[in-house]
Amino acid sequence: MHLIREFEVRCMQSYQEKKIGGFCHVYIGQEAIAVGCTQAVRHEDPIVTAYRDHGHALARGMTARACMAEMFGKIGGCAKAKGGSMHMFDKPNNLYGGHGIVGAQTPLGTGLAFATKYEDEVINGAKNKRVTLCFLGDGAVNQGAFYETMNLAGLFDIPVIFIVENNGYSMGTAIHRGTTMSHELTIKGRAHGLKEATIDGMDVVAVQQDMHELAEWCRENSRPAFVDMKCYRYKGHSMSDPRKYRTREEEERHESNDPIGKFERTLLDNGVVTDAVIKEIMASCREEVRDSIQFANESPEPPMSDLYTDVFVEPWGRYPGSSQPEFTGGATNVCAFRATNGKEGLV
Amino acid sequence: MTAVLSNPVFREPESMGGAIREIEFRDALREAMSEEMRRDKRVFLLGEEVAQYDGAYKVSKGMLAEFGERRIIDTPISESGFAGMAIGAASMGLRPIVEFMSWSFSLVAADPILNNAPKMLYMSGGQLGCPIVFRGNDGAGGQLGSTHSWAVEGLFSNVPGVKIVIPSCAADAKGLMKTAIRDDDPVFFLESERLLSIKGHVPEGEYLIPFGHAAIRRTGTHCTICAWGRPVSFCMEAAEILAKEGIDCEVVDLRTIRPLDLPTVVASVRKTSCAVVVDQSWSFASPGGELAAQIHRHCFDDLDNFVHRVHADDVPTPYSTKLEQEYLPNVRKICEAVRAATYRA
Repeated sequence: MHLIREFEVRCMQSYQEKKIGGFCHVYIGQEAIAVGCTQAVRHEDPIVTAYRDHGHALARGMTARACMAEMFGKIGGCAKAKGGSMHMFDKPNNLYGGHGIVGAQTPLGTGLAFATKYEDEVINGAKNKRVTLCFLGDGAVNQGAFYETMNLAGLFDIPVIFIVENNGYSMGTAIHRGTTMSHELTIKGRAHGLKEATIDGMDVVAVQQDMHELAEWCRENSRPAFVDMKCYRYKGHSMSDPRKYRTREEEERHESNDPIGKFERTLLDNGVVTDAVIKEIMASCREEVRDSIQFANESPEPPMSDLYTDVFVEPWGRYPGSSQPEFTGGATNVCAFRATNGKEGLV
Repeated sequence: MTAVLSNPVFREPESMGGAIREIEFRDALREAMSEEMRRDKRVFLLGEEVAQYDGAYKVSKGMLAEFGERRIIDTPISESGFAGMAIGAASMGLRPIVEFMSWSFSLVAADPILNNAPKMLYMSGGQLGCPIVFRGNDGAGGQLGSTHSWAVEGLFSNVPGVKIVIPSCAADAKGLMKTAIRDDDPVFFLESERLLSIKGHVPEGEYLIPFGHAAIRRTGTHCTICAWGRPVSFCMEAAEILAKEGIDCEVVDLRTIRPLDLPTVVASVRKTSCAVVVDQSWSFASPGGELAAQIHRHCFDDLDNFVHRVHADDVPTPYSTKLEQEYLPNVRKICEAVRAATYRA
């Protein structure tokens, strides 16, 4: 959590220094969710999220270097500077994006879970029983694709957990202004037969414990779930948001409930760690982020030739003429039109 | 000439063996899908009514019985949801075939099929592929009205990262579908409801037709007619009529418009010095317009006239049979365009 917080603070600085371009959405305030959820499942369980994705990437194991360099538009980035802040991909860590269109990751996440189930049932029979975590914001709850997806997940018994990071605002629109039944968001999942949970997303211990229990249930029963993960976004929607739609008092009230400070107090009160250990962790996080900025600064820009790679796996397909039989044209491409519809000679 | 015009390498044609049969276009599609599903367990078919109903157009008839409900999957009417779900599955390494009952319905799935499938590989810096086939009926059917008659190649050919296949006959439907399923990139496979019942010669045994290889359906010396999909048969008919008038046409069936076999088109136009492009999508910003521009560029000194184009008329598709036939590229319009292009109008 410290690493994510420190990383995001330095992201904001780097954005103001124009080292980072485009859109940039920071995760400050919501760190307990990415950390608690990834700790609640196995590393091989796929995860997918929206555009506020730096926290999920770091929590999943992406290095701060790869994440920062991606935003700096450098070759050392996780996607060779082809994705940017909103599109963090890390296949070795089973992170399938980073998706920019609100709600678009929900059918994709269901597809990841569909694939894990299909592999178990049709291909290898290994019964790995993986569960997929699909993160979305409370604004995405109102996208049509999400309703279609919940219906499909419920219908096909797909082990996917939709984690609604409910920070109360879709951009600048307070949830009650854009969403019906916002006081009982889980009813949206209930309508499609999904298992429901409401979790305090500002408490990393609660997130880890409740999510672990839920994930194991979904894994065993091959069923989907809907989580209303209550949280608060300390900063604006993106870097260009002056937050005129909410009061400073409201922000301060939530900041006093900070997930990092709360977890530290819990650890100290229970004698799990000492103050010195916490200071050591903070120092090491600061160093890791400082190093990531240095790495991102020094990493070269992508070569111009990279503009043209990764468009296709194989632009002309896997069969460049190798299977063209005489009947369909052979080497000359001359090939009669053999639609006959029973009438010989029409060719 | 640029890399675009480099001719792909051919291997010696394989012996086809087996008899040549006459089967319907839809049977050819089914054979291709079934053969690939027997060959590769990662391949599965999903879409509306594909399983218990045997397919709205009977393309998947009998496949549920052979492959079971895990691999032939009926979906609710949720194109955005099931198209996106299939893309997610493809990014994990499965090879889905998604049937759109009509490509007209794919418009409600525009975000996943245009924003996710073709960009996954690029945005992830090469980490995640998307080996998926979207297929279904494209173009006007019989009096289906404006909303069900989309020729989506006009919209989708603008997008980098997709391959677009538009077969004109049963033999091509089979060979190209098998190639599409084995392809590692997203393929949009555009069939025509009007062609599904048309029979054609299809050999027994396995064969694949590579992408980016046009078929010269008829050789001629006066004018090159370029087309793909359903209008190819209109071009063949027009060529017969024109032959009686002394105009000898060469008909080039592009088969795939992405990738586009420019070398074959250019070689033909350099021979005939005259070109007509026939495209069932609307003319403005269309694949036909793109092909005409490419011909102008590469055959500038060879052409005796500008490239003439035949498209669907620039209006929504009408219901009336009479109006609909006039709206589509048809034999009369193609004949008129060729006569004009060869100065015999």
